[in-house]
Amino acid sequence: MSLLKEPDFGTPARPGEATVELTIDGVSVAVPPGTSVMRAAKQAGLDIPKLCATDSLEAFGSCRLCIVEIDGARGTPASCTTPVAPGMVVRTQNEKLGKLRRGVMELYISDHPLDCLTCSANGDCELQDMAGVTGLREVRYGSGVEAGANHMSAPTDDSNPYFSFEESKCIACSRCVRACDEVQGTLALTIEGRGFDSRVAAGAGVSFMDSDCVSCGACVQACPTATLQEKSVIELGMPTRSVITTCAYCGVGCSFKAELRGDELVRMVPYKDGGANEGHSCVKGRFAFGYASHPDRVMEPMVRDSIADEWRKVSWDEAIGFTARRLREIQAEHGPGSIGAITSSRTTNEEVYAVQKMVRAVFGNNNVDTCARVCHSPTGYGLKQTFGESAGTQDFSSVEEADVILVIGANPTDGHPVFASRMKKRLRQGAKLIVVDPRRIDLVRSPHIEAQHHLQLAPGTNVAVVNAFAHVVVTEGLVDRPFVEERCEDFEQWEHFISGPEHSPEAVEAATGVPAEEMRAAARLYATGGNGAIYYGLGVTEHSQGSTTVMGMANLAMATGNIGRRGVGVNPLRGQNNVQGSCDMGSFPHELPGYRHVSDDGARDVYEQLWGTPILNEPGLRIPNMFDAAIDGSFRALFVQGEDIAQSDPNIQHVHAALAALDLVVVQDLFENETAKFAHVLLPGTSFLEKDGTFTNAERRINRVRPVMAPMTGKQEWEIICEISQAMGYPMHYDSASQIMDEIAITTPTFAGVSFDHLDKVGSVQWPCNLEAPNGTPIMHSEEFTRGKGRFMETMYVPTTERSTRKYPLILTTGRILSQYNVGAQTRRTANVAWHPEDILELHPHDAEVRGIENDDMVALSSRVGRTTLRAVLSERMPVGVCYTTFHHPVTGANVITTDNSDWATNCPEYKVTAVQVDLVVEPSAAKEEPATVAVGN
Amino acid sequence: MSATLLPPQVRLANEIARQFAHRPPADAATAIANHIRAVWDPRMKKALLEAVDAGNEDLDPVAALAAEQLRPAAQ
Repeated sequence: MSLLKEPDFGTPARPGEATVELTIDGVSVAVPPGTSVMRAAKQAGLDIPKLCATDSLEAFGSCRLCIVEIDGARGTPASCTTPVAPGMVVRTQNEKLGKLRRGVMELYISDHPLDCLTCSANGDCELQDMAGVTGLREVRYGSGVEAGANHMSAPTDDSNPYFSFEESKCIACSRCVRACDEVQGTLALTIEGRGFDSRVAAGAGVSFMDSDCVSCGACVQACPTATLQEKSVIELGMPTRSVITTCAYCGVGCSFKAELRGDELVRMVPYKDGGANEGHSCVKGRFAFGYASHPDRVMEPMVRDSIADEWRKVSWDEAIGFTARRLREIQAEHGPGSIGAITSSRTTNEEVYAVQKMVRAVFGNNNVDTCARVCHSPTGYGLKQTFGESAGTQDFSSVEEADVILVIGANPTDGHPVFASRMKKRLRQGAKLIVVDPRRIDLVRSPHIEAQHHLQLAPGTNVAVVNAFAHVVVTEGLVDRPFVEERCEDFEQWEHFISGPEHSPEAVEAATGVPAEEMRAAARLYATGGNGAIYYGLGVTEHSQGSTTVMGMANLAMATGNIGRRGVGVNPLRGQNNVQGSCDMGSFPHELPGYRHVSDDGARDVYEQLWGTPILNEPGLRIPNMFDAAIDGSFRALFVQGEDIAQSDPNIQHVHAALAALDLVVVQDLFENETAKFAHVLLPGTSFLEKDGTFTNAERRINRVRPVMAPMTGKQEWEIICEISQAMGYPMHYDSASQIMDEIAITTPTFAGVSFDHLDKVGSVQWPCNLEAPNGTPIMHSEEFTRGKGRFMETMYVPTTERSTRKYPLILTTGRILSQYNVGAQTRRTANVAWHPEDILELHPHDAEVRGIENDDMVALSSRVGRTTLRAVLSERMPVGVCYTTFHHPVTGANVITTDNSDWATNCPEYKVTAVQVDLVVEPSAAKEEPATVAVGN
Repeated sequence: MSATLLPPQVRLANEIARQFAHRPPADAATAIANHIRAVWDPRMKKALLEAVDAGNEDLDPVAALAAEQLRPAAQ
């Protein structure tokens, strides 16, 4: 598939029926009310010249190239700012219009370098195109210096690692400024000065790098000239072909055009028709793809008998044979349940499906788990219990109809930036915002956005706050009774439970630290403010009561009738690109693909018939259980697909002890990661640019991942799984990834209508996709819940056992930032390190002062399980008593600190609450483990 | 924090039991047993029953009641 330039309609589409009929250059066209004449003309197949207009931005009307004549109207109005009217007769081309346009072009060109042949945008420059379209043959004023005053000597800003701002080529069309405002919502850019002195500026007299710019690339994409240009295009030249694929970073799952010259990737450009992102991007997806060709990549299989040995590079046959032989030997000695696997949310649905099939059909057990265990497993549990389906309820565009947005434990501007831009757009339009977060995240107050309520709760008290909301709803008569009576069950029991005085805002004020009246006001706003939409992240799930909070939010949405239509819902913001998919594909040890329990005879029978082998009807080990079982000796071998559990999982000392106790660790990854230090086999993986398959994002959208290039290692990852299975004696074979999806479709009811052909035809679908919904289901539970009636669940608040003490008086919470991604394996190998070269500890100035800590001091961070050092930054974003860090850099080892406390229902780690002490240190040191704490068998 | 000194199955069972502490013991035990039955590997259930049989005093009494409901399935 090759597509470099999508059609540009000049101005955004308007909703509604095409009821306005008009005639443009003799062509009749009907469009929705509010549509611009420019867009109507494009829909009629007529291109009107333009420079300042593009359909991702509202009309601006500054360039005057798009002028038209309209019968009955005076002068020559701009077609971009003129809305259509019934019966309107428009002319876009005649001698007068042509002359006016050429006059405009002469002025532009007189102050623009005429270096087209050597310009990096040659062939992709709208100014160049318009010179041709308008028939410009001369510039009466001359060009550059000879034309008089000009901007030719304006300096170039190369401060951003990914793009250049060559001001001398700027035509001051404001597209970049408007893109930053309207699309990204950061408002970092401005037009400085007036008249001839007008110039684009990133903040007040600072470079792009030093400004508020978040490097999303929207300005670069909007620029019609070479003024804002990717450095990769400047260095490598204009791409010549394009492959539409899906980003491999967060759970937004943006669609991109991977643009190449030959086999060399030049740039990633967000795809306008991508359902998740609709043409927008962030700094990671847009620019941070260099890791895929980083010299650190492992390109050949390696094995060793002991982790004390050096690696031996071997052939694929030897690596696969070694792996298969050792797995069978270990099973023969220690039993069929002594081995297992961990799947990754960074691999495709097809790759995950192959691994869980290998575990169930070849290993003969259910010891398969996925990295969602440590992020969103409570989402799967909580939503399944209440709604009957382990997935979010909405599509992303639903937020455009939300009136009240409740953000709990999520930091979308950093973690899910492209969705955050959609959300911010809606907030700028007037939707109300409630933020529930210990930190004052950017959303609380940013340009043109201010939360009506920021409930700065104590970490670990989510359930108390959500219950208090529900208490207010029930006791103040705010329940949507008709919805509850028609759609839900177990309400009366729950109503009695939640009405209890122990759940009132006043009762939980002391524990949560949130003023009761603020909780009441926020709850009333959510319940009565129109469409109420809940968005949440790992600040909900990574707690000892993560599943309880998810169920509490579901209760709240059902009680207020905020479920089953656009603008409402309960929406998990998934951490990694394929968290949803890896869970869908049966990589939980108690669930087959499609979230069917392994004890379900009917579901098991489907696979037993197809795979020709029995499947165990008892759950297998979860990841933390695997570690415990490794230490007790009953679990001896682990296959790890694309995850760095030795860095990302909590209480690293315990994880390291478990990995060291295993007889065989097989790691399949792009890099020799921290887990590989404990591995006996290292199987090189493929980057997303080489994969062929699908990812499923946080809105259940199944997107194609198309190979931009052949696998650098010679094999797709699912092929390796098949070969290991074959070497273990089970005939697993597929000709292609699409065959795997076909098998998924015939065995998984929610995927019954999914195929690569269908996805190629319609772009993407949101499951359930089947006979009833051949093009997918953007909004779930619209007529009835998946389980029939929505079920209210009792959600008792039980404080975590992790408490601050005299020895560890602060609470540490962890998270991630915009420029880095999880353990940093990808982003640390890109220029994104310019923004975040090390993990830092944010703490409140008061907590710093009493410890004698100043900005940039190195501090020791210690908990009851470990200690590390990192740099401190004082920040009033933090409440007193709470500090925060990221886990992007292995040298810091933030998870040396975190404990093995976990969600009671799913064992998702309690990353967000760790009692710690912070002390000033003089000399930095690497992460320091305290093995003595490991010997407790936890 | 002392929970980390407990055998894993005892610690995990106690964590589940804490969530149902507001319910009558018999109801709570059934809910705990149902949960464990649905998501625990057989060896973990076996280890929990061994803790019960060994009279582990750190095991929550309601979790111990729940474990009894698992006994037929685990043997």
